Amino acid sequence: MKPSAVSWQLFWAFFRVGILGFGGGPAMIPLVRAEVVTRHRWLTDEEFADVLAIGNTLPGPIATKMPGYIGYRVGGVTGCIAAVIAIILPMIVAMIAMLSLFSRYRDVAWIRGMGQAVVPVVMVMMAQLTWDFFDKSKAVLGWLTSAVMAIAAAGLIYWLGVHPGWVIGAILVTALLRPTGTKKAEGPV
Amino acid sequence: MIYWDLFLAFFIPNIIGYGGGPAIIPLIEAEVVGRYGWMTAQTFAETLALGNALPSPIATKMAGYIGYDVAGIGGACVAVAATVIPTLLLMLGALGLLYRHRESPRVKRMSQWVRPVIAMMMAWLTLGFLLESLDSSGAIHTLIIGTAAAIALIRFKTHPAFVVIGALVYGGVFLG
Repeated sequence: MKPSAVSWQLFWAFFRVGILGFGGGPAMIPLVRAEVVTRHRWLTDEEFADVLAIGNTLPGPIATKMPGYIGYRVGGVTGCIAAVIAIILPMIVAMIAMLSLFSRYRDVAWIRGMGQAVVPVVMVMMAQLTWDFFDKSKAVLGWLTSAVMAIAAAGLIYWLGVHPGWVIGAILVTALLRPTGTKKAEGPV
Repeated sequence: MIYWDLFLAFFIPNIIGYGGGPAIIPLIEAEVVGRYGWMTAQTFAETLALGNALPSPIATKMAGYIGYDVAGIGGACVAVAATVIPTLLLMLGALGLLYRHRESPRVKRMSQWVRPVIAMMMAWLTLGFLLESLDSSGAIHTLIIGTAAAIALIRFKTHPAFVVIGALVYGGVFLG
């Protein structure tokens, strides 16, 4: 198959994932799997699981790492670019178009009212994410360790004004470098 | 230099944010609203609401719009590039190394240990949205919309897009 043909296939595959995938990257993984493993057979089930595991060893959005890597593997640099553009660009354009229109009419009272009314909605969505992350954390670290780490980090970030990058960076380095073994119960960081 | 600031504002959250796009949202808020003051909590909430109502990855939608809002098309490109390219290059460049260590307890520990901090920042952001809404819409409207949204999203698993549309209608009629 010609490289350009592969790139188009990649483009349409990840375009579909981008258009149909709601709820952020992690929620889109089954759709990526449906295109890559079931429909196009670019990867086997096992290879897909490996790519996902590798993607999760790195920070950043999973929904751009996977298309980027799979695109590169199937269609080289062009394939990589085609896959990433396809999954992200359509909705970025939609966001810019809709929000620019919205902010142009912000002075109109009922338009401003619409903007105010979505704040409690994102509050609930963020509360759901908070619960989800804390729940997962509790399952692995236990609730006490999770709570102590959360409170310690809150003190550093919001009370002492330490940039979150330093706090999280320190945790990442500690997690990576500290020997694994029985000394795990010493507490956070 | 605005492009450099934009690059950093999106590079840092994406290089430390384990847990996929949603984990990066509170980190981006800390940069965009907290550190650089490019957006108010209100506009950030509006951006996030539309982002949650549309499909495709959340981190790139936020980066694209915020970048555009701050510095036009060039800003959008810088913010999106800072979101996508660094971790993708790491993945392509260090694949063999990462493959060997994908089951390593230390690597697993990294995302596990970061999770409570991300959860705490999400809780902080939730509180921020609550205070913002109490301030702009008052306690009664906040309670009505918040309760309705919670019931729809959690109890009935309503699609986020419909919940956002419902709030827009309510706001247009009752908060205008």
